Formats: sequence, structure tokens, C-alpha cells
Amino acid sequence: MATPRLTVTDALDRLNERPQARPRIAVHKFSSCDGCQLAFINAGEALLQLAELVDIVHFAEAGPMDPEAAVDLAFVEGSISTPEEAERIQTVRANTRFLVSIGACATSGGLQALRNFNADGAAGWTEAVYAQPEFIHSLDTATPVAEHVKVDLELWGCPVNARQVFQALRQLLFGVAPVVDRDKLCVECKRQQHVCVLVAKGEPCMGPVTHTGCGALCPAFGRDCYACFGPAENPNTAALARRFEGLGLLPEAVARRFHLINSHAPAFRTEWLDWQERT
Amino acid sequence: MQSMALFLPRPSLDALIQALRACGYERVLGAVARDGAITLQALGSASDLPVGVRDRQEPGHYRLERGEGERCFAWANGPQALKPLTFAPRETLWRCERDAEGRLVFQDAGERSVPTAVIGVRACDLAALKIQERHFLKAPYPDPRYADRRESLFLVAVHCSHPASTCFCASTGDGPRAESGFDLALSELDDGFVVTAGTERGAAVVERLELDRASPEQKAEADAEIDAAAQRQVRALPSRNLREGLYARLEHPHWDQVGRRCLSCGNCTAVCPTCFCHAEQDEPVLDGSHTDHLRQWDSCFTAVHSYMGHFLVREETRLRYRQWLTHKLASWHDQYGRSGCVGCGRCIAWCPVGIDITAEVAALLEPADA
Repeated sequence: MATPRLTVTDALDRLNERPQARPRIAVHKFSSCDGCQLAFINAGEALLQLAELVDIVHFAEAGPMDPEAAVDLAFVEGSISTPEEAERIQTVRANTRFLVSIGACATSGGLQALRNFNADGAAGWTEAVYAQPEFIHSLDTATPVAEHVKVDLELWGCPVNARQVFQALRQLLFGVAPVVDRDKLCVECKRQQHVCVLVAKGEPCMGPVTHTGCGALCPAFGRDCYACFGPAENPNTAALARRFEGLGLLPEAVARRFHLINSHAPAFRTEWLDWQERT
Repeated sequence: MQSMALFLPRPSLDALIQALRACGYERVLGAVARDGAITLQALGSASDLPVGVRDRQEPGHYRLERGEGERCFAWANGPQALKPLTFAPRETLWRCERDAEGRLVFQDAGERSVPTAVIGVRACDLAALKIQERHFLKAPYPDPRYADRRESLFLVAVHCSHPASTCFCASTGDGPRAESGFDLALSELDDGFVVTAGTERGAAVVERLELDRASPEQKAEADAEIDAAAQRQVRALPSRNLREGLYARLEHPHWDQVGRRCLSCGNCTAVCPTCFCHAEQDEPVLDGSHTDHLRQWDSCFTAVHSYMGHFLVREETRLRYRQWLTHKLASWHDQYGRSGCVGCGRCIAWCPVGIDITAEVAALLEPADA
């Protein structure tokens, strides 16, 4: 008798462990620019393929709306920046088996987390910016999803890399834990044989402390990395900051290298605070 | 073999490139100044070579400068060795597909290399190539990809006359003179090149050029330049086997000290012409119907490199640096019968924070053994 073979459908059924034909997926948006959701939409043909493998039950930007549907896998874009979002993320968590946060906002708080460093809170800014601030209900902080609920997988980047998202998805569909490469950008930059902009041009490149995943885009064009993928594993931000000072950056400029898209990530936050004190 | 020395007048450098093409080397690579560094690129003609270009290298610092004269090999090595040509930074090893009945079908993803000539190879990189050949080809399971790429190469060495401050090949015994491993070797003089062939096929290439013999004066000048290049080197590693010395100091506080400076970014291992570590991974397509199995450069400075059984063996930077240094300079002797360092100095120049292997070794061995 022939041994039964494991087919793709079998693997998906096993992942589901419930009487559904296909996994159900939701893509949620919190405070963000929508750029990470575009990782799905810009994928074009791959998105159509995905639609054949799973049921996309909620994806406001692409059409389907059912934010409270129970799903197997929820992708979350955006930081938690309003009281409404702080509640809604709890519902998202309660309704999904796996939660994957995608992009800088969801993983580190994003650009808007710069407001976390304002000791007076966000109210003053709201009044300065909006004609009718009474309609704005913001928290004083913009924080990553993982500070609110359990996150099963984080995919960093501003924006997240579509290839990374689809690789993770494929691995989840196979029922295995996705492997996320958290090496420094330099590892990938050197594989691509780019000339190091720090060593050969004296640019304050953040590559040596930055999470790989972008494909070394900026160094490929002779530019210094500005750490849009956040800190890599084991980032020696202190040694790199000292090197930036050696390259001629004033303490304020050194501090700013860590105070941009992923300012709330602990490694960058600590380094910024340290150099801010020296200015 | 070592043929008689001939003289290639500078204007005939193009004739050499054409002779290489005529001998079947479809691709001729050479040093080209690009993006602020000497890099290996396809050569159209000799005018693509970095005429009059000089380099300045210090720990964590590399700059090209405009110099005088017509010389086009008056520089020390840029960031690339021969390594990317033989040990590909990323390649698909095999593909796997599911057939109509759901069975897995494996396919070799290899492509044949095109015959390639490389002009301007330094002695240190030839020494490194020999070490990598030993790793990839002389092991119980020779690597067919490496073998194919290695066999496709025709190597034109240029003896080094312009070492950088970061160079120390004289102390490791790997340069600046290219002793073996080349098809042709050139010594650059102001008005041309002293040429010797190292292989029969090298001799066949120069035969097409109908060159005159080099004069005794030209040979003496070439030798003097190489000797001077050795004398000018300011860095050195102890030439003896450092295994006992380093193993006796595995808990030396200096590892902590270097661990605080090291970024564990892996740049040193990427530019090292002998480092060969790699990682393999699969990249399945979204519908799961097939997958590419990739091999790509890895580094002992990454976390996953020491991941086993749900823990990292080398979580701290000091342990990663120690692993690299003690492998390169100590256990390498057990594996390959020599040190893994050829004195090219790339790890010093291309370290973003300028960590200097010669200084770290001196600090570790001091004072008893220095």
C-alpha cells in the first residue's frame, strides 16, 4: 500500500485544526501611513495567488471589511496612538491565533513615536497644529503593538519589505515558525559587494547596528543607511556613535542618527538619550 | 614553471587584454576605481584601469587619491579579493518542485561559469585562494560550484609595489611578491611591465604578444620595487603559530575590551579573502509548488551562526570576536596546516570602527609572549 503523501492542502488543514477549508487572514491598520499595507497591494500577482490560498476577510485598504472577524492570522500595521486603538488592538488579539506586526510603526512606534520624548505630552502640539483640537483624541505616546498585546512575529522596516512578508506568510502556511534574519545590514551590503560608504566616504552609516531586510538599498546608491529597519540583534550603538563623533559629527548630530523612524526602540532610545545629554 | 622574463611596453597592455580574449577568456576583469574604491569590474580596454590612482588606507578608513604618472597598479588591494569570484556571496544550489503526484523533484541549479581572466591579482589574494581551494576542493566532499568557478579563472598577478599602512603580508610570508598560483605575473615599471608566465597557458598567452626579453636593469628595478614594498610595511603579525599563546589567554580581559569596540557587523569576515562560512536557506514560492535552496555568505559575528538547540553559543560580542580570531590564527593551523591570515589588512581598513588585528594580537600576547 502506498504511503499517503503530504500535500499542500493537508498541511493547511493541519495548521487550521478546525473545520475551515482555508486559513482566514486579516490586515489591520492603526496609526500609520498605509505604506506597509502596500506591501500586499503592490505585490500584484502574488496577492491574487494569496487570495487563492487563504480567505482575506478584513483588509480595509483593499476592500473587504470585517474588523472583528475571527481569523487565523492577523497582520497589524501602525502604532497604538489613540485611546480607541488601545482598545481595538485587544479585540484584534482576541480574535486571531497568530498576530504579526508589520513595519516600523507597529514594531517600534514609528516616526510618530518622536512625540514620546516630549515631556509635556502631545496636547500642546495638537493645539498648535489643528484648528479644532477638541476633535483630536490622541494618547501622549505612540507605542509598538507588542507593548499592548502578545505579538507572535515582528517584521520591521519602513516600509516592510514585501518579499519578507510573503516569505513569512509562506512559512506560516507550511505550519513552521518563520525565520527572520536579524543580522546587521552590513552582512547583506557586503554580499552585494557595495563599497562601504562609512569607510570609503566617511558617511555616518547606520548599517552596522541596523536590522537587515531592505536589501541594502541606500548603500547601493552610495548613501548611508538611516536605520529604517530598526536595531539589529546585538547592536553596539555606543561604539558606532563614538565612531560618528570621530568622523566629525557634533554630539547633537550623533544623537539624531538614532532619533528618527525607530526612536522608541530601546537600543536607539538609550543612545539618543546618552548623546542628547552631551549637547 | 617559471618562464623567462619578458617586457610588455605600457602601450601594449591592450594587446594583452586582446590576447586573453583571443585565448577564450570571454570576460576580462581588472581593477577599476568605482564608488571611491578599487573594485573588480569588466575591462573594456586598458584605459579602464585606474591610471594614476593611489589609495590611502588606515584602520576604518579608505580613500582614493589622484597621483602622478601613468602607473595603473600603484595601489594596495580594495575591499574585494578573488573570493566573490570563486565563493559566490549568494547562489542557488538546487531547486525542488512538486510533481503532479505530489512527489518532490530535485534539480541542480548550477550554471557553468564563463572563462574569466583577472588582471591585477595580488600575492596575498593568491595565497588566500590556495587556502580556500584547500577548504572547498581538497576536503572529503569537494564543492563542484567552487571547482567550476575556480577552473574558469585565468589569473594575471601584479607584484605589489604600493602596500598600504594596513598591509602586513611580509610578516605572514604571503607577499608582496607573487610566488605561485598565477598564470602570468607582471611587475609594473614606469614604461611597462616585466612579465613572467607561471603556467603553460600563461606562456601561450604571452607568446601571441611577441615580446622582447626584459633587460637585466628592468628585472633588477622590478625586484627592488618588490623588496622596497616589503620594507615599507609598518604592521606585522608574529610569524609563528599563535595557537598556544591564544589558547592560554581565552579568558584574557582584553577580549572584553575589544568586545566593547566591536560592532559584530561581520565586515571583517566579508572582506577577508579566506573566511568561508556560509548559511543555507530555502525560499519557497508563495503557492508552495517549488523552492530555491540558497547558500550565502555568513559570518561568525552573527547570532544565528552560533545558534544550536534553542540557544546562542556566542551571544556576547567578545565571544564572537574571540571565535574569529582564534579560528583564524589558532585552530586554522589544525585544519589547514597554516594560519588563516595572509596579511592583506582588509579587516583593518574595512572595519567601520578600525579594529586592528595586529594590535589586538599584540595586546593579547603581551607581555610574556609578545
